[in-house]
Amino acid sequence: MKIPRVLGPVVAFALCASVGGALASAPGPAPTTPAPAVDFARDVQPILAASCVRCHGPRKTEGALRLDTPEGLRKGGDSGAAFTPGDGKGSLLYQRLVAEDPDKRMPRRRRPLTPAQIETVRRWIDGGAPWPPGMVVTAASRPPAAVAKAAASPTDGPLVSFNKDVRPILADNCYACHGPDRNRRQMDLRLDLEEVATAPLPSDEVAIVPGHPETSALIERVTDPDEQRRMPHVSSGKPRLSAAQIDTLRRWIAQGARWEPHWSYIRPTRPSPPAVKDADWPRNPVDAFVLAGIEKAGLAPSPEAERRELLRRASFDLTGLPPTPEEVRAFLADTAPDAYERQVDRLLASPRFGERMAVPWLDLVRYADSAGYHSDNSRTVWPYRDYVIGAFNRNLPFDQFTAVQLAGDLLPDASLEQRIASGYNRILQTTEEGGAQPREYRAIYLADRVRNASAVWLGATIGCAQCHNHKFDPYLARDFYSFAAFFADVKEKPVGRRDPDYLPSETQRPVLESLEAEIDRLRKQLDLSTPELEAAQPLWEKSLAGTRTQSWSALEPVEVSTAQGTRPLIQGNDFSLIATTASGPAPPRDTYTVRLKTALKAITAFRLDALTFDELPRGGPGRDPAGGFVLSEIEIKDAAGRRIPLRHATASTPVAAAASLGPAAAIDGRTSGGGGWALLGADRLDHRLVVEAAEPVGSGDETTLTLVLHQNAGGGRTLGRFRLSGTTDPPPIRTEPGVVITKDMVDLASKDPAKRTAEEQESLAKFYRRVAPALEPVRAALRAAELRKADLVPQIPQSLITTTQPPEPVRILPRGNWLDESGEVVEPAVPHFLPQIETHGRRATRLDLARWLTSAENPLTARVFVNRQWNLFFGHGLSRTLEDLGSQGEWPTHPELLDWLAVEFVETGWDVKRLVRTLVTSATYRQASRTAPELAARDPDNRLFARQARLRLDAEMVRDNALAVSGLLSTRMGGPPVHPYQPRGFWAYLNFPPREWDDSTGEDQYRRAIYTWWQRTFPQPSLAAFDAPSREECVAERTRANVPQQALALLNDPTYVEAARVFAERILREGGPTFEGRLGWAYERALGRRPREEEGRILGDLLRAHRTRYAADPRAARQLVHAGAAPVPGDLDVAELAGWISVARAILNLPELITRS
Amino acid sequence: MVELLTDDLERMRERLTRRAFLGRAGTGLGALALAALADPKRLFAESDRWRGVLPALHFPARAKRVIHLYQAGGPSHLELFDYKPKLGQMDGTPMPESFTKGQPIAQLQGRALRCFGPQHPFQRWGRAGQEISTLLPHIGSIADEICIVRSLQTEQINHDPAHTFMNTGTQISGRPSAGSWIWYGIGAEAEDLPGFVVLTSQGRGGQMQPIAARQWHSGFLPSRFQGVHFRSKGDAVLYLRDPEGVTRDQQRDVIDAVAALTKTQPDWVDDPEVSARLSQYEMAFRMQTAVPALTSFADEPRHVLESYGIEGMDGSFAANCLLARRLAERGVRFIQLYHRDWDNHSRLKADIAIKAKEVDQASAALVMDLKQRGMLEDTLVIWGGEFGRTPMAQGDGRDHHIKGFSIWMAGGGIRGGMTHGATDELGYMAVEDVVSIPDLHATMLYLLGIDHTKLTFKLLGRDFRLTDVRGEVVKKILV
Repeated sequence: MKIPRVLGPVVAFALCASVGGALASAPGPAPTTPAPAVDFARDVQPILAASCVRCHGPRKTEGALRLDTPEGLRKGGDSGAAFTPGDGKGSLLYQRLVAEDPDKRMPRRRRPLTPAQIETVRRWIDGGAPWPPGMVVTAASRPPAAVAKAAASPTDGPLVSFNKDVRPILADNCYACHGPDRNRRQMDLRLDLEEVATAPLPSDEVAIVPGHPETSALIERVTDPDEQRRMPHVSSGKPRLSAAQIDTLRRWIAQGARWEPHWSYIRPTRPSPPAVKDADWPRNPVDAFVLAGIEKAGLAPSPEAERRELLRRASFDLTGLPPTPEEVRAFLADTAPDAYERQVDRLLASPRFGERMAVPWLDLVRYADSAGYHSDNSRTVWPYRDYVIGAFNRNLPFDQFTAVQLAGDLLPDASLEQRIASGYNRILQTTEEGGAQPREYRAIYLADRVRNASAVWLGATIGCAQCHNHKFDPYLARDFYSFAAFFADVKEKPVGRRDPDYLPSETQRPVLESLEAEIDRLRKQLDLSTPELEAAQPLWEKSLAGTRTQSWSALEPVEVSTAQGTRPLIQGNDFSLIATTASGPAPPRDTYTVRLKTALKAITAFRLDALTFDELPRGGPGRDPAGGFVLSEIEIKDAAGRRIPLRHATASTPVAAAASLGPAAAIDGRTSGGGGWALLGADRLDHRLVVEAAEPVGSGDETTLTLVLHQNAGGGRTLGRFRLSGTTDPPPIRTEPGVVITKDMVDLASKDPAKRTAEEQESLAKFYRRVAPALEPVRAALRAAELRKADLVPQIPQSLITTTQPPEPVRILPRGNWLDESGEVVEPAVPHFLPQIETHGRRATRLDLARWLTSAENPLTARVFVNRQWNLFFGHGLSRTLEDLGSQGEWPTHPELLDWLAVEFVETGWDVKRLVRTLVTSATYRQASRTAPELAARDPDNRLFARQARLRLDAEMVRDNALAVSGLLSTRMGGPPVHPYQPRGFWAYLNFPPREWDDSTGEDQYRRAIYTWWQRTFPQPSLAAFDAPSREECVAERTRANVPQQALALLNDPTYVEAARVFAERILREGGPTFEGRLGWAYERALGRRPREEEGRILGDLLRAHRTRYAADPRAARQLVHAGAAPVPGDLDVAELAGWISVARAILNLPELITRS
Repeated sequence: MVELLTDDLERMRERLTRRAFLGRAGTGLGALALAALADPKRLFAESDRWRGVLPALHFPARAKRVIHLYQAGGPSHLELFDYKPKLGQMDGTPMPESFTKGQPIAQLQGRALRCFGPQHPFQRWGRAGQEISTLLPHIGSIADEICIVRSLQTEQINHDPAHTFMNTGTQISGRPSAGSWIWYGIGAEAEDLPGFVVLTSQGRGGQMQPIAARQWHSGFLPSRFQGVHFRSKGDAVLYLRDPEGVTRDQQRDVIDAVAALTKTQPDWVDDPEVSARLSQYEMAFRMQTAVPALTSFADEPRHVLESYGIEGMDGSFAANCLLARRLAERGVRFIQLYHRDWDNHSRLKADIAIKAKEVDQASAALVMDLKQRGMLEDTLVIWGGEFGRTPMAQGDGRDHHIKGFSIWMAGGGIRGGMTHGATDELGYMAVEDVVSIPDLHATMLYLLGIDHTKLTFKLLGRDFRLTDVRGEVVKKILV
């Protein structure tokens, strides 16, 4: 890997590309008054130094002209002689200074010299351009070192650090107008580049004169009493600099204005842990760094936390769950010196560790179960989530973890898991909105990927360079698009539904492939004409002539309701209704009620179509596991609600073994019992039930009918997709198995073969092949193969994965405008000022990117990761801006510690568990969180880490903790996302299609929150109340709000009410017979400690009052003990239980319960 | 001296952070927040009501609150507020390519573009003779109160990103909505209600474009500034109802027990985060009482209900208009009413008449109701959608259109009885006094007394604001 001098290219860029601002003054006429003689050293040399020799000197010699030596001046350049002695105005040098054409005028693309300067040059040439021999002009940057040295006198106080002290002031207040963004740049001044900041400006001022604050324009301008001149300019809305800030700048300049590249862009080296006075305290090098800071402040660390507190803290931090009372007891009884370390090892080995660590990672990569934009439809990518959990549990090294996510698909012989991990590139927000423009969304997706990958791994805001060069950091717009080009090979349709990729196992793959081949072969066979078929077709045509066909009109549904929470929904333009999805719960029985619109006159019969649909079990049309259904009874009512008598039911389904499962059973007046029109299992065919109306229905004016479908056979035998049609044909109207012959086909068959068009002939032949008896074995074989595939597919893992394709060209989009195609096409490249990827001409890939991110030379990735890990265990990062370690990020409180951890992490092989173990076994981690008053006063922000932090648990932990305390929590891992209770109608504003949340049943209701369905546009509200993010963009740090919605959720969300009542039941069963015993048991379980006497009194009062009240109101008591879906005990006194539920609710609402301290 | 002040501010900042007024520890606090900290009374007043991060308004406020009647789906300006007889004359003829060349197009991509004349007649209303569709007689009757702006432009041509742009000034997810900015900036008067409330209603028929909760999200601002969605069905606020079998008194008992238990541990209750949590329980309990009283219209006289055309709270747009007035009376700062289904890609003539009827009477009734109560002068009412519709036909409807569309505003410092800006003769491009969405935001903030360049939040190294780097106050439409 090639490592250029950091920042070198930036400098080059700045000098080539700076663009002049508005003209402050134009060269004017020469003054008429005589002026003193021109002195080269005093008058001319500074002009050449400031404005000419940078481009006409030894380093760069534009136009072959050098103006640093008298020889160069005399020699001239490509355009000829630079001057004619004695003829100032006639000299090329002068003419180029006053040229109108900005491309001709010098200094090129910079502000022109002032009239006084130009006049000086003219007069100098007029005077023969005297140049003292041996005098060489160098580009003005800084005064000789001796000057700077002399100025840095000890009276200037402690040494000011550019990175720590000065850069934040400049970045915050100056860079927006005097930084890298050339569109906003004022007066050609850049304060982010030493070379520009210390050079004379077009105005003749020098912003920073090292060693000389008194002549530095920067100091003058930030202290100027004139508001119009003072910086930051009043129009920026920024307040004036404080006296302390100005003093910092002044001292820094006085000390020689030493510049440093931004700290995080310099590769970290391992610092030695500092010496400390209290050598007994540190348990590992982390502690030495922390203690040194504490001692320097004249403070002492906090004492070690009590053992109960310590185990509770470590359990939440490492597993997201509280310790059990048994675990607490075991730890208290363990007197070995390494008792705590062994607890940590136990927790690190727990499968709960991966579930806990995955949550912040999923926030970073914005993992969700829905697409995000507009209809926000679901997409299957949960195997990626499970991969992340597993990777943390297996302790996959972070460099590999990085590579598989960014480029798992590009690894040689990529495994199933690695391909699943590559789903990282696919979990961005996508759209399927009609009218969305593919080109626009392609640009949006590329930008999204740049924002995310740069934030996740580099803690960088490259996303800010989408429209312009970054204002504060050295990222150029080109860097943004070059970074985007890494992802140009990711196959992603810009607009449309995200269909999952099938990921068959070794054993599944051949089965699937052979099934698909067989299906393909059979379909082709059905498409193929043979001489036999051609010979048979005319006979069939003859038989068809004169066949009576039926004419049906589908009725438009206007309103749908269901008895049991299944939700058939209006679906598209074919007027069919569809039950939620195949994966949603299927209640054992249900009744659908549909209001329909019709303007038909004299309907004689109705047809109910039971339609196949790929998302139903085995393709449906029913919802039972075999794809079957039983329609107990069909009712049709007119607009007045009067039931229309129906008769003569016939159906397409095979003749049932029992008459009670035939079509007649659907109109026998019995809505329950086992009978009804049935299809016992999917056969890949649509089916229909036809019933005649005893009297014609409908007047021809628009009216509504109500269709009621009773489906009470049990076992989920309900319809998955159906449609109602009517006909006005004269009776009798019947149907039978087989393909329905349409009128079009009869007409075609009746037409003289000689007069048919080629299309007509083909369509007739095609139809014939659907019914030809000779092909029935092929059709049967096809249906069987499709059913076998339908049975296999649900067992095949599916997930969005990355598929590579030839990269699409990525252009620099001027101002981010996707309509503008004038920009240059760029190749993949990492930001120009960081170490570069060397590929010897080969186009760099995502795999190169991943390896670059985790190479030892990369200054950012390890720092970013360890800083975020530190945050997890101490409440905030060593740099508090977890999302940004760039120039606007906060300077780390312990830069050496951050670097030590970063180097340690890389050198120990990116070992995540080892890093975590180092952090949580440190003495720093083990401190008490209780704040001594002196510490609170001296270090209110806990920047010294002289105590632990009290942190409100994250949303997932709040929920998991309540379930764990109550005993409801399921520890089953992985699999499709689940649906904890959510208020009805919360998804009412989703559409295309409309959806409803179905609460998960059984164990799935009590799974850990990480498995909750993540709907980006409407995140689960109980989790969202506790700041779970929507996962639309990268979140490095969640907010920790404190809002009434949290109190409402803990008080009233059925999850917490149910947890309380199950907890109460356990208290009664396991807490012994006495109040004290029970409360003690409850406190141990919930809070890991014994209750104090005062607490016993308060809760005793609550119990007695509520028990009495519930004894007097058994109905209320029964309602409360029925909260949620968990089984209700029949053997406990209801009032006693209800009273204890109040006690349990109080405990589950304690701030202490949701705090890790 | 300076050092001391900085230290004090740091300490207060820490307390503030721990109280979680501003959740992003250490990163989110701009100079303005620090300025607010200089007055501790603002932070530790008796109630937990948020008074805003701005130490003082930048301008005298003309408006104290905003009611945004958000017509989602893209109402056709050509049938409602922007009469184009020339388009009628050209009905059925090809749309001149000079209008459409190089412009973004949504569903009509790649199709022949033909002019589609106005489907409903217009009429002149009020003293100034403003042209308003005959579909909107009630809004016509308040023509002298409203300012029609015919020259809006937006930048996003699909619903979801266009809503995001209208609400947050950018298409990128994760930025705060206008309501959150305003609540964050200047707080709210309400004691037991959120400062930013969102109401939604369904229209009839049509396409029902979805609306994401991100439209009222607080983005990177602390989550407490998120808009609270009052639902039209079920509990108005999520988890508002006591559990079955628990009375109000019993709920009170549980909350009291939580407070009493916590107070037995002095080092806990001294923790500002914990004491703030206890006060949030009080706030929650108050909301449980206040919200049902608010959403029941039992105390509204008959004639008021009749003026809105409703019987009671029925979840309709009209009922939400009355609810908006009740929220405004109680000190809510920003109230946004989404009414869906203006997405008339087909059957425009019939369907837009249905939509117009759903909103016409109540929109006008709200303005007049506010006026009669003396509240219109300090309530800014905004009526409009995320974009307009093409002058070109899409079958018998119109496609999405972003280069020129109309809204109207009333009250709160807006000059009534005027029409501002204009589109070209076919209603395609806004050509006169063009108003961008950042301009609209700048104007809204200005009327509330806020300089849009000075309400900022620092994140990722830059000062973010609602208007990003743009926005000019539209002075011509102000009183």
